[in-house]
Amino acid sequence: MAPKLYAGVDVGSSATKVVIVDGNGAALARALEPSGMDFVAASKTALERAVNDAGASIDDIAHVTSSGYGRKNVEFANDTKTEIACHARGAYQHFREAMTIVDIGGQDNKIIKIGADGTRLDFKMNRKCAAGTGAFLEEIARRMNVDMSDMDALARKSEEIVTISSFCTVFAATEILSLIRQGAQTRDIARGAFRSVVKRVIEMDSLAGRVVATGGVVSHNPIVLELMAESIGHEVLTPPEPQFSGALGAALYAVDEARQ
Amino acid sequence: MADEKKKPTFRKIAATGPCKKLMADHFYELDEAAKSGSRKIAWCTSVGPAELLRAMGFLVYFPENHGAILGATRVALDTIPIANAAGYSPEICSYLTSDVGAYMKGETPLSMAYEGITEVPKPDVLVYNTNQCRDVKDWFMWYSRELDVPCIGIESFCNIDVSREPHIAAVSRQLQDLVPALEKISGQKLDLDRLKEVVGLSRKCSDLWEETLQMGAAVPSPLTFFDSTILMGPAVVARGTQEANDFYELLIPELKQRVKDGVAAVDGEKHRIYWDGMPIWGKLRDLSTTFLSLQTCVVASTYCNSWVFSDLDSANPFDSMAKAYTDLFIVRSDSAKEDYISKMARDFKVDGFLFHDAKTCPSNSNNRYGMPERLAAQFKVPSVTIAGDLNDLRLYSEEQSITQIEAFIEQLGEK
Ligand code: SF4
Repeated sequence: MAPKLYAGVDVGSSATKVVIVDGNGAALARALEPSGMDFVAASKTALERAVNDAGASIDDIAHVTSSGYGRKNVEFANDTKTEIACHARGAYQHFREAMTIVDIGGQDNKIIKIGADGTRLDFKMNRKCAAGTGAFLEEIARRMNVDMSDMDALARKSEEIVTISSFCTVFAATEILSLIRQGAQTRDIARGAFRSVVKRVIEMDSLAGRVVATGGVVSHNPIVLELMAESIGHEVLTPPEPQFSGALGAALYAVDEARQ
Repeated sequence: MADEKKKPTFRKIAATGPCKKLMADHFYELDEAAKSGSRKIAWCTSVGPAELLRAMGFLVYFPENHGAILGATRVALDTIPIANAAGYSPEICSYLTSDVGAYMKGETPLSMAYEGITEVPKPDVLVYNTNQCRDVKDWFMWYSRELDVPCIGIESFCNIDVSREPHIAAVSRQLQDLVPALEKISGQKLDLDRLKEVVGLSRKCSDLWEETLQMGAAVPSPLTFFDSTILMGPAVVARGTQEANDFYELLIPELKQRVKDGVAAVDGEKHRIYWDGMPIWGKLRDLSTTFLSLQTCVVASTYCNSWVFSDLDSANPFDSMAKAYTDLFIVRSDSAKEDYISKMARDFKVDGFLFHDAKTCPSNSNNRYGMPERLAAQFKVPSVTIAGDLNDLRLYSEEQSITQIEAFIEQLGEK
């Protein structure tokens, strides 16, 4: 008989992530799909792909825990956990110490504080606007006609400091137009945009002690880690596959739930 | 794979029926008086001198109560933008903007609830107290200009640690100064014995309402904050009348029986939360369902307790009204508010605080000067802050807020 497997499905606003783990919590496979308009379809496709990659079949999955913005849409899930719980769990699995987790997502940011034993102490989510999130960066990239996947490399070439001060994504876009008019270089604006994301994050809560950053933005744009470290004056770590941290946490909860 | 989820059930309080009847009688009485001119009508802010107005023969109408109805029925969503367009900013009190916008539109949700009522009762006088915020005065001044009706009131202190004699004297003096103007409008002289009687009734109402809210200290709690936002109606619109007191005399035994029988408002109550700040009127039902499904009871709140006026004393009507209106939570400094909230947390055995940061009501959003952090450090009671508003749902992100609430309850469950 095949060993039982467990799945975590994290339906984020832009991507749906799935992680499959075994009964010991070891990750066997991962898959990512754009969330699109149909969360059910995205989560099914991602689950099937991950199961395939794990060399298993759907019937081997003993328990599914869903998380993220679209967690309640995953009709095949056995239960749900918030993304706050899952990000904390996923990061703790790797670092096993007291820490502050900064998750920068497509549409919201979270700061989660956990104790040395992994219990959550506190969390904050950004207010409801897109300031400091992936959506903000995408808007800036669009305004500059730059592919989002080139933003990190572009920002690394920056030689001059350009500051984007608006909170609001729409106003920031206007600010960028005026920066372009004044002759600012796109590489400097790109770095300014990343710096703006970091600023929005550090004003949400104090970032003392061990700081771990997760989420899609960090995964695709490691420059954010460097700028954040520069800004808070100490190192910022990230787990392997930071975009899958929430899905891993959900899969670990699935193992626990199935045991109960 | 997924299990069938059990739907949570609401446990209705039987006295909600008589509560609704009292509210209906209140609005019909005002409507009749407005149509026939049989009685003078005073509009009063929630912590304005309602006792004085009643004693002088006025029927009293509370625009903030109408504001809450506009929010709860979500009519506010259509009326706030009208006031915004007339120059009343989306950043100021959304009771004000919903109510003024509704008036401009010629609409009231009262007409949906009460057959025959087509408009709010026109005032003969508008009486404010700025103890809670400046917005109430700006609100009443709009009507004063619009309807050419006198607007008088009390300029209060704010942000005080505890009232001292000069505070009380100044407010008491202003209360007494209102009398000649009110006598002129009502056409009757103030009868001090009648004022004492009304203050006595109002104090009794306050005591009964406090006793009602205190039931939430029982484990499990027989009522939730969401029940209280409805059951407070009589204390809000009818304090100082026998009818309000009769209602609470009816409600309290029902709740006592629940406590005796161990009947919980929230089945399988696992967590107990304190709600600070304004209700989100248009989302009460959804929030109540969320908490119910999380087996969490919101057992106490600052908001519902704001209608407890324990300083009222019939032997000393003016000074005691002044003290009651000045020592109210909303008027106090952050350190006084913090002491109050932490005492409530102990009395009601709460596991966590929820702070509602209502965008358009700074006076009643108590998270803004570091209080949640101080409470967490001092009492080890965690908190969550949700961003929203009393009436303007454009300022509320449901997805985010529900996730925050669920995450908070998960966190409490991990302890
Ligand atoms: S206290 Fe807040 S809700 Fe009440 S009238 Fe003032 S601003 Fe509006």
